[in-house]
Amino acid sequence: MMMVDPLILTLFLPLFGAIAAFVLPRAAAWVGLLAVLGTGVAVAALARAVLAEGEVVTQLGGWAPPLGIALRADGLSVAMLAMTAGVGLLVSIGALDALRDLRERQYFWPLWLLLLTGMNGVYLGTDIFNLYVMIEVIALAAVGLTVLSGTKQAVRAGLEYMYASILGALLFLMGVGFVYLQAGRLDFAGLIAVEPSGAMSAALALMVVGLLLKTALFPLHFWLPAAHANATAPASALLSGLVVKAALYIFLRLTTYMPLPDEILVTLIGTLGAGAVLWGGVQALRAERLKLLVAWSTVVQIGLIFIAFARAGQVGLSESWKAAALLILAHGVAKSAMFLAAGRIKDEIGHDRIADLDKSDTRPTLAQFTFALAAISIIGLPPSLGFIGKWTLMEGAMAAGYWHWVAVTMIGTLMSVAYFSRVFAGFLRFDRMRGELAEHKGWALADAAPLTLAIAAISLGLMAAPILSFIELGYPFGAQQ
Amino acid sequence: MTPDLIYGLTGIAVFAIGLVGALCAQDRLRRVLALKLCSVGAGFVLVVAAWRTPPADPDPVPHALVITGIVVMISATAVALALIRRLQTLEAEDDDG
Repeated sequence: MMMVDPLILTLFLPLFGAIAAFVLPRAAAWVGLLAVLGTGVAVAALARAVLAEGEVVTQLGGWAPPLGIALRADGLSVAMLAMTAGVGLLVSIGALDALRDLRERQYFWPLWLLLLTGMNGVYLGTDIFNLYVMIEVIALAAVGLTVLSGTKQAVRAGLEYMYASILGALLFLMGVGFVYLQAGRLDFAGLIAVEPSGAMSAALALMVVGLLLKTALFPLHFWLPAAHANATAPASALLSGLVVKAALYIFLRLTTYMPLPDEILVTLIGTLGAGAVLWGGVQALRAERLKLLVAWSTVVQIGLIFIAFARAGQVGLSESWKAAALLILAHGVAKSAMFLAAGRIKDEIGHDRIADLDKSDTRPTLAQFTFALAAISIIGLPPSLGFIGKWTLMEGAMAAGYWHWVAVTMIGTLMSVAYFSRVFAGFLRFDRMRGELAEHKGWALADAAPLTLAIAAISLGLMAAPILSFIELGYPFGAQQ
Repeated sequence: MTPDLIYGLTGIAVFAIGLVGALCAQDRLRRVLALKLCSVGAGFVLVVAAWRTPPADPDPVPHALVITGIVVMISATAVALALIRRLQTLEAEDDDG
C-alpha cells in the first residue's frame, strides 16, 4: 500500500471532515471528533519525520515553486500544528458537552474543521498568496464561530470582526500584488533573494499592517474583546487560543524572509506591544464581565508576544523569535483552558458578572480551580510554560541592555495579578452569601477538557528545554542559510 | 505614462478610496462596498503584474491569482450580507417587542 504523505493528510483530513460534518448533520460530532483525532495522528507522524530529517517538504502535484505550491514542515510549524491539534481535540471533547442548542451543535463542527484546515494550511504554507487564501478561510470560519450563538451582541461583534478580518486580508493581498510586481514570484525561498527596494518595503508594510489587524495588536485590537467575549465558550476558546496565532505566525515567518528594514520598526512594534499590555491591562481591570476580562487579557498577551519579538532589537531577532514562539504556545494552551472554564462558570452560575460571582448559591469549584490554574500560566508564575516564555523574554532584554522592555513586562505581570485577583476574590469570598448552598451539580465532561489543558499549560513548563530544541529543528529562522 | 503605470496607479487609488470608506463609513452596506473596492484595487495591481513587453504575451499566473481573489471576495461578501440581514432582523424584533 502506498503511504499517504502526512503533510497532505494534515491539510485534507479536516477539509473532508468539514464537508462530511456539513452533509451529515446528525453525525457531525462524531465525524468532527474523528477528523480532529486523525489530524492529530497525522501531525504526530509529521513530528516523527521532522525529528528524523529536520524538515519535510512536499510539492503539491509534483510542481516545484515558483509555479507550484510547496508545503513545508519544520520544528516551529510542527509545534504550532501540535498545539492546534491538541488544544483543538480537548476543546472538541468539551464542546460535545458544552453545546446544548441543536443549531449550535450542528454548525460548530463544519466551521471548526474548516478553521482547522485554514490554520494547518498557514503553518505548512510557503507561498504568500496561498497564505492569503488560508487567512481568508480562517476569517470566514472564525466569523461563523463568533456568531454561532445567534444573539444580537454576537452577530454585531461578528460583523465588526468580519470587517476587520477582511480588511486585514485585503491589505495583505495588496502587499502580495506589490511583491509579484517587484519579484515575479511569491514563494518564501524566492523572497530571500529579492533586493530590498522601496516597493518591497511598501509591500512589507501593507502585509504587516494587515497581519497586525488580524492578530489584534494595539491599537488595531478594537474588534477583539466583543467578538471573543460574546461567542459561545468552545468558540471563544478556539478564537482566543488558536485563531489569533495564525496571523502572528505569518508575521514571524514573513519577517525572517523579508526582514524589517529598520531598527526603528522593531522598536515601534515593541512599543505597540507595550501599549497593548498597558491599555489591555487597564481595560481588564475595568471589565464587568468575566469573559470580557479574559478577552482583554488576550489583547495583553498579544502585546507581550510582540515585546518578546522586539526585546533585543534587530541584532537579537534570531533569538527573540524563540521567546515569542514559547509565549504563543503557552498562551494558546492556557487561554483556551481559561475560556472553557469561564464558560463553565457562566453555565453553572447563570451569569458572568464579576461583582456578583460570590453571591451565587452554586459553586462550580472544578471550573474555578481550572480558571486559577490557567491564570498561573497566563500571569507567568513558575513552573508554567508562560513563566518560561516570560523569563526568556526578560533574559534576552536584560542581556541586550533593553531595560524598558523588562519594565513593561514587569508592570504587565503585576497588572495581570491585579485583574485576575478580582476574579479570585469572587471565587473565594463566600461569606457574603447568606443562606443554604445549592446542591453540588456534579462534574461534567465539559470540566475535564479545560482542566487537562490547564494542567498541560503548567506542566509543559517542565518540558521547556525539549520544546525549545524541537522548534529549532529544520532552522525555521534561517540559521543555516 | 505607459498603460501599465496608469493602470497600476488607478489600482492603488481605488484601493485607497476603499480603505478610507472601510475605516470611515458608518453604514454597514457602505462598508461592505468599500471592502469590495479594496479588493478591486488589489486585483488591478495583480493584473498589472501580468504585464509583459510585448503586451500580447502576458504572464498567466497573476490572472489565476486575481480569479482566486474574486472567488474569495464573493464568498466573503455573501457572508457579510447574510450577517447584516440577520442583524437587521434581530434589531427589528427588538423594536417591535
